[in-house]
Amino acid sequence: MDSVDAKLVNILQTGLPVCARPFDEVAASLDLSVEELLSRLQRLLDDKVLTRFGPMFNAEKLGGALSLCALQAPADRYDEIAELVNAFTEVAHNYERDHLLNMWFVVATEQPQQAAAVIREIEQMSGCQVYDMPKQEEYFIGLQLTV
Amino acid sequence: MTGNPPDFDMMQQDGQLLDAIDRQIVVATQAGLPLVAAPYDALAGQLGLDVEDVLARVAAMQERGVIRRIAAVPNHYALGYTENGMSVWDVSDARISELGQQVGALQYVSHCYQRPRHLPLWSYNLFAMVHGRSREDVETKVTAIAGLLGEHCRGHEVLYSKRILKKTGLRIKG
Repeated sequence: MDSVDAKLVNILQTGLPVCARPFDEVAASLDLSVEELLSRLQRLLDDKVLTRFGPMFNAEKLGGALSLCALQAPADRYDEIAELVNAFTEVAHNYERDHLLNMWFVVATEQPQQAAAVIREIEQMSGCQVYDMPKQEEYFIGLQLTV
Repeated sequence: MTGNPPDFDMMQQDGQLLDAIDRQIVVATQAGLPLVAAPYDALAGQLGLDVEDVLARVAAMQERGVIRRIAAVPNHYALGYTENGMSVWDVSDARISELGQQVGALQYVSHCYQRPRHLPLWSYNLFAMVHGRSREDVETKVTAIAGLLGEHCRGHEVLYSKRILKKTGLRIKG
């Protein structure tokens, strides 16, 4: 990755205009032809420096419901509870974190009521209280890493 | 967005947000936009739609917040950002909206949300995921956030992940 790639990565994270030729302006600002820019972009994707280029969708606005949940799993039952939580297809991510609340997972469902049902079931099966922390307000989504 | 379910069936829930053609556009672009000079032309051709219609629909979805932006998603590990900490803050309810915007605008913060407290165990209402090149880098950035929040913050912690127990992406049904 050279300095032009780095600039490209930085600029492309901030968003392109929705227009017929969205790459023209960025290419001009970097003194590249659109073809050069696209081949660099393709290489950054192939090299997995970038994971994706395109519209970033808001899952909730697409009709889904997401909630971040946490529970306190006793050390001697940690793996068993992790397995039980992970078995729900509605659980998208699950992380062990170093805190009293040591298991943090995202419940993603098509309808908000389904999330409540999943959480109740996890509580019953694990015997642990689940702390449901749905977002109340969103301030920003998306990393903009400088390279 | 890669991986397995959960799938979202958009039409069931929110018919007014997306119609069938919007949905086709979402499904066709969830892996990414065609990497050509005129990607919406390519997309329109692929879907048998008029390019003006595609552009108007994408712009309208962005206007409604269905699309956050048209952008590149970085692989933070490949860029050297190997450490991330979930920083959590107990911020005055009266100021959280304003302060949350400021924290969310920081370049190294990805997800930034207001979430409910669960007293007495959990007093934190502002969550900001902080990315850094090292643990020290994350700590430095957390200190900067603490400085920004100042007296409006009554306490904070950083929860580092010890282990990924599960990670699947969200995917929309085609």
